[in-house]
Amino acid sequence: MAILCDKRTKLLVQGLGRMGQFHARLSRDYHTQVVAGVHPGKGGQVVDGLPVFETVREAVAETGADATVIFVPPPGAADAILEAADAGLRLAVCITEGIPVLDMARAKAELRGSPMRLVGPNCPGVVTPEQCRIGIMPAQITRPGPVGVVSRSGTLTYEAVDQLSRLGIGQSTCVGIGGDPVVGTSFVDALRLFEEDPATKAVVMIGEIGGSAEETAAEFVKQHMSKPVVAFIAGQNAPPGKRMGHAGAIISGGKGRAADKMAALEAAGVPVSRSPAEIGETLAKHAGSILGDGVN
Amino acid sequence: MNVHEYQAKSLFRSFGVAVPEGRLATTPAEAAQAARALGAPVVVVKAQVHAGGRGKAGGVKLARSAAEAKQVASEILGMTLVSHQTGPEGKLVRKVYVEAGCDIERELYLAILLDRATEKFAVIASTEGGMDIEEVAARTPEKILTLHVDPNAGLHDFHVRRVAAALSLGGEAAKRLAGFLGGLYRLFVEKDASLVEINPLVVTKGGELLALDGKLNFDDNALYRHADVRELRDPEEEDPRERAAKEIDLAYVGLDGDIGCMVNGAGLAMATLDMIQVCGGRPANFLDAGGGADKEKVKEAFKLILRDEKVRAILVNIFGGIVRCDLIAEGVVAAAQELGVGVPLVVRLQGTNAPEGRAILAGSGLDITPAETLREAGERAVAAARGARA
Repeated sequence: MAILCDKRTKLLVQGLGRMGQFHARLSRDYHTQVVAGVHPGKGGQVVDGLPVFETVREAVAETGADATVIFVPPPGAADAILEAADAGLRLAVCITEGIPVLDMARAKAELRGSPMRLVGPNCPGVVTPEQCRIGIMPAQITRPGPVGVVSRSGTLTYEAVDQLSRLGIGQSTCVGIGGDPVVGTSFVDALRLFEEDPATKAVVMIGEIGGSAEETAAEFVKQHMSKPVVAFIAGQNAPPGKRMGHAGAIISGGKGRAADKMAALEAAGVPVSRSPAEIGETLAKHAGSILGDGVN
Repeated sequence: MNVHEYQAKSLFRSFGVAVPEGRLATTPAEAAQAARALGAPVVVVKAQVHAGGRGKAGGVKLARSAAEAKQVASEILGMTLVSHQTGPEGKLVRKVYVEAGCDIERELYLAILLDRATEKFAVIASTEGGMDIEEVAARTPEKILTLHVDPNAGLHDFHVRRVAAALSLGGEAAKRLAGFLGGLYRLFVEKDASLVEINPLVVTKGGELLALDGKLNFDDNALYRHADVRELRDPEEEDPRERAAKEIDLAYVGLDGDIGCMVNGAGLAMATLDMIQVCGGRPANFLDAGGGADKEKVKEAFKLILRDEKVRAILVNIFGGIVRCDLIAEGVVAAAQELGVGVPLVVRLQGTNAPEGRAILAGSGLDITPAETLREAGERAVAAARGARA
């Protein structure tokens, strides 16, 4: 078991540009059932062995796909997300960086009540080790095991996963939820999925400055999580008013500081690593005993 | 993206949001001319810089004649304005906005922004205008009304009525508020603004509503569809290094330490700054070289880091996912050879093709300190900067 995706997942790729094609191949090479591409204007073609369709609906009807990864450029990305929902997919993971926040706010409002789960945008995707890779993560650094990883970042997720793997601690699923102000899946959504997943025994959560998603997550952990959670918050020394790379990583109006997030998490019983080099060790220290034979 | 007050007000006007009459001036003589043309008994001469707190910093002055406008403009133009928002280095004033004064009855506050927690737009109104809204929120939160507007449904009439009630605006003033807030909302949505803030919104003795000051920020991600907004960019207001970084598609933020940083990915870049601090050092910058980092980008990034004279050591921290470490290593070697880096270099390569990358660095004959883990990278960079300082 895992969350969001596993070896049964049948994946579509929306947007078969250079990046879409490249990562479709990497996913296929890593245990993943990539079944078709969707690229308006290229319907009927076969690209790198993948049948391409004009619309998501046609692709689903022909292949039985249940998930999609979106590489469509910013002007059409929100539309691609809504098309995926309209076609009845279970999961959409949007990698695209740079979508206008208004488009995302509107798309998110339209998705309310839809059974489709959106992960991202501006995220590295989802990997269930040795089962399924959706997005752009370097799956070779993951290994199967009992720890769920959820993060707003891309490369910092790789760093954390690498630290875990080097300590012999494997992962159930690694989820990058994205660095934009409006994202489909929040920390709370991911934590709830990990709490319900029998294969997950503990969770590593990696937040960063900006917004209040970490504070909300802290409250959720306190109220609803039985599994141990440890955290790291990036940007402890970020100056206010400056966007630190991610559109959502900004301290504004005195809100979104790392110190406040760390305090909220610690008050909720979540150990927070001060050093980014000790994310894996923090997990091992606080949850090592219950991971049992997942650690070797 | 930020714009000047005079640019914000011009947009307000075109969306039917009432503002005082005003003119831009870049010389004292132009300011005198502007004051004459406005014909108001009192004009306000306001420094145009991208920062708040201008009044307290001496950047806003009254004048009762054209001659006086000329005099105060000559004081403001060319001054280095230092407020709580500019940092200690301040901002050079190149332009002033000369505006007709008005008789103020009350000062209010009105803003629209995206509320990340609810993922809706928030309209924020307060009777406590002219003050820092964060202070009001801390001291008297009951004096702030926050309404959430669904981005698909838009602003409803009842929203306007609630704002009017919260601001104690009745009769004609309430009617004027409908046009005012409606225009502001349309501007926010149609131009992809990320913040529109009017502080103060004044009620004049004659019962008019006027935006006396205006702050307008735009969503950088949406600039591609607003050529008119892109035109409003004032490069002089941006940090020269941040501007240069933007031109080559790198994210850079200058800091005040002495360890230059080059990292791929925003989260890891922030964490690298944290690592340096944990090890007792101070970073000179945030730099995200992005997912598409290659040899050329690495060279450009080095140039940017080296423009900062405070830099005593450079830490390169790459976790290769899409990025290939061998290409980064080639870039580091090329940069060190061609640019003559001149400060100690600590390089950590991890992930895709890391062994190949490390071999390239080791075989280059250059004095590069390798690091295996994030902690090692931090410790070695801090030690290198200390050595260079000693």
